[in-house]
Amino acid sequence: MLEWLSMGGNARFVWPSYGITLLVLWLNIRWARQAARAGRAEAKRRLAMRASDS
Amino acid sequence: MAWTWFHRFGSPPHFYRIAGKLVPWFGTLAALACIGGLIGGLVLAPSDYLQGEGYRIIYVHVPAATLSMMAYAVMALAAATGLIWRMNVAYAVAASCAPIGASFTVIALVTGSLWGRPMWGTYWVWDPRLVTELLLLFLYLGYMGLRGAIEESGRADRASAILAIVGVVNLPIIHYSVDWWNSLHQGHTLLKFGAPSMPPSMYVPLITMILGFMLYFGAVLLVRARGEVLRRERTARWLLDVVGEV
Repeated sequence: MLEWLSMGGNARFVWPSYGITLLVLWLNIRWARQAARAGRAEAKRRLAMRASDS
Repeated sequence: MAWTWFHRFGSPPHFYRIAGKLVPWFGTLAALACIGGLIGGLVLAPSDYLQGEGYRIIYVHVPAATLSMMAYAVMALAAATGLIWRMNVAYAVAASCAPIGASFTVIALVTGSLWGRPMWGTYWVWDPRLVTELLLLFLYLGYMGLRGAIEESGRADRASAILAIVGVVNLPIIHYSVDWWNSLHQGHTLLKFGAPSMPPSMYVPLITMILGFMLYFGAVLLVRARGEVLRRERTARWLLDVVGEV
């Protein structure tokens, strides 16, 4: 197990690569959900304005 | 008849509904493919005779680099569709591609740099492949910057679409840079004439990871694009069904 984790002495290059990739992929999901929520909130606000105008 | 699906897909309510149905499928399949690819790449694949265990960075670097270009191609295609057919959904898809594509480009550059240090002895070199990939990041940032700088959304769509289309010229340059110039970056591994220069135990996990990244891109893009479609729709009646009573 330790031998596998050491990646033949390249652990300090291999694991940060995977860590950064997972972090960015997770952030992308988070930002996409935020964007979807923002779009929904914007649509709701616009509809409310329209309802109050009419 | 052949174009019916295309025009239907350009309808915001139709797109919103179909995209909502596709997201869980894309997300689940992406997770399965990435888990399979990671097990194959990190555990099952043998070490490389020349690069040792350090080559395993390939299983995140190559999919990220592939998707950085694919996302740009999708963005430019959607932008061109928006320009030609004045399709608002297409502009929404193009705008949603940019931040995802930029993040894949960042992953490709950072993991490439981490791969370069043990293999080449340096984190960065002004190599054609690296420079053109960096240029791709600037194109994404330029696209997003241009969209943000123009207040009127119609003008922002058209101006950024032209930039996206012009930037497509960079994609074949990135791809063929290792053939056209003397490059420190290794040549094509999978997309080459004849058989791949890897055994199946190495390239099957790599293809699985690329597939997983593609599905992930599809899922995240559709989530973003749905939000963008809602943000753009002005007073459409279908919004009431989506966001509920106000």
